[in-house]
Amino acid sequence: MNNKVVSSLREAIELTGLKSGMTVSFHHHLRNGDFVLNMVMAEIAQMGIRDLTVNASSLFDIHAPLLQHIENHVVTKIQTDYMSGVIGKAISRGILETPVEFRTHGGRPSDIELGRTPIDVAFIAAPAADGMGNCSGKYGKSACGSLGYAYPDAMNAKKVVVITDNLVDYPLLDWSIPETCVDYVVTVDAIGDPHGIVSGTTKITRDPVGLVMADRAAQVIRHSGLLKDGFSFQTGAGGASLAAAKFLKDIMLKENIHGSFGSGGITGYMVDMLNDGCFQSLMDVQCFDLKAVESIRTNPRHQEISASHYASPSARSAVVDSLDVVILGATEVDTDFNVNVHTDSNGYIMGGSGGHSDTAAGAKLSMIIAPLFRARLPIVTDRVNCISTPGRDIDVLVTQAGIAVNPKDTELRQRLVDAGLPIVDIHELKELAERTTGAPAHIAKGDRVVANVIYRDGTLLDTIRSVPAK
Amino acid sequence: MDIIKKASAGTLESSDVYVEIEPGQGIQLELESVVEQQFGDSIRALVQEVLAEYGVENARLRIADKGALDCVIRARVETAVARGKGE
Repeated sequence: MNNKVVSSLREAIELTGLKSGMTVSFHHHLRNGDFVLNMVMAEIAQMGIRDLTVNASSLFDIHAPLLQHIENHVVTKIQTDYMSGVIGKAISRGILETPVEFRTHGGRPSDIELGRTPIDVAFIAAPAADGMGNCSGKYGKSACGSLGYAYPDAMNAKKVVVITDNLVDYPLLDWSIPETCVDYVVTVDAIGDPHGIVSGTTKITRDPVGLVMADRAAQVIRHSGLLKDGFSFQTGAGGASLAAAKFLKDIMLKENIHGSFGSGGITGYMVDMLNDGCFQSLMDVQCFDLKAVESIRTNPRHQEISASHYASPSARSAVVDSLDVVILGATEVDTDFNVNVHTDSNGYIMGGSGGHSDTAAGAKLSMIIAPLFRARLPIVTDRVNCISTPGRDIDVLVTQAGIAVNPKDTELRQRLVDAGLPIVDIHELKELAERTTGAPAHIAKGDRVVANVIYRDGTLLDTIRSVPAK
Repeated sequence: MDIIKKASAGTLESSDVYVEIEPGQGIQLELESVVEQQFGDSIRALVQEVLAEYGVENARLRIADKGALDCVIRARVETAVARGKGE
């Protein structure tokens, strides 16, 4: 075999033997700059293949052409961990006949490896690849850094197609996914738009409410008993979460605390913490900005991990199992500490678990940062509209008006009280918000189930209903 | 005194409300709100209340609400009314 490069995407799809009724998969490291899912699905549609299941680790607004393929029955089932607003709204209005299967970033690789969600053909968007299919996300004009979410697809799909805009001589140095699992390589002009793949910089919030919450969050970590040498930490890329990371970094440097690792989707702020000695290493399943991409390319302490290594509940162990603290967001939290990150205030899908419930289950301290209310809607409700992460895995809710501790965490609560932090009952936060906003009326829900939220262990956690037409 | 000219107050920023008022027959209120389901009726009632307080019986209002609190809505409507009366 000379190499695996075929002349066109069409030829590659034909060679895989893809037929109607099968499952194709995609990973989301090119995020809202991804061209690959759309180009593959357009080709498949032209070939007359129908009734496909699309298993994508996440879906973004750039993937809106998928809606046309749903209307034309090219796609009849979707499995994903996250979908942004444009796709979510159409799903909520009932465009798809079968309910979407939402998994988590750990549950997805687990179910792929256990054979619960077999993949017929995986399409790997590769910013660098050689002719035999060794590939990497670290190099090239479309560099995205880690390819973590693509590993389970590459390792377990019956056929694997690598699509690249940067074909290099064999062997590619510093490959991430090896040629051993790749069947075909296709070259294209561009796999994505660099502006949508990574943001130039992710910025910490300047909103005073956000800064108060971030400061409180850092104080909770400081007094949790977990902030000591060997400390491990994960945070999202939201403005307040990043500000909390910055305050935490200041504390770690001042008190000379040497942590173990930072994990997750990695931002420049986590890279700064690594370089300043807060951590020994970063465990990176996805890069969020250019600084993270540069770091994973050049710093051996910044390590790429697969989705399974990150969060799979059926792996012998995963990084989330060693996490001390995770900072997470929420659209709603209820008085039992259940968290919704799937639907917005009107019931439309606009998100998904991602690693939310995986890290919440693994970390010793799972913290939600959220304002008391957003645009007149209180964060704390009697019952969230969708349970994305069960309350038993959430320890603390930090708001600008006080910190609520899950009643199960009696020792943590005492530590925070002793430290003089403003601890309140979660019901008080709800009442406090409603005194300012008024009590919101309940939203109308439709009759149809449009999505099933599958917990990381494979059990059904909740269902999402359609949003009725006005 | 009634509304004598077209006037507005507020912005379309999150947590604010944009109020447009102009002369009309009776009170005609068009509300578009991001929290229509949760607070639409209470917003309409509040706007009627403020108009009554200021003796406005004839006006056409177009309101675009981005999740403003009652105190904000009240302030924006009051300001639009004052401007519409030429004060």
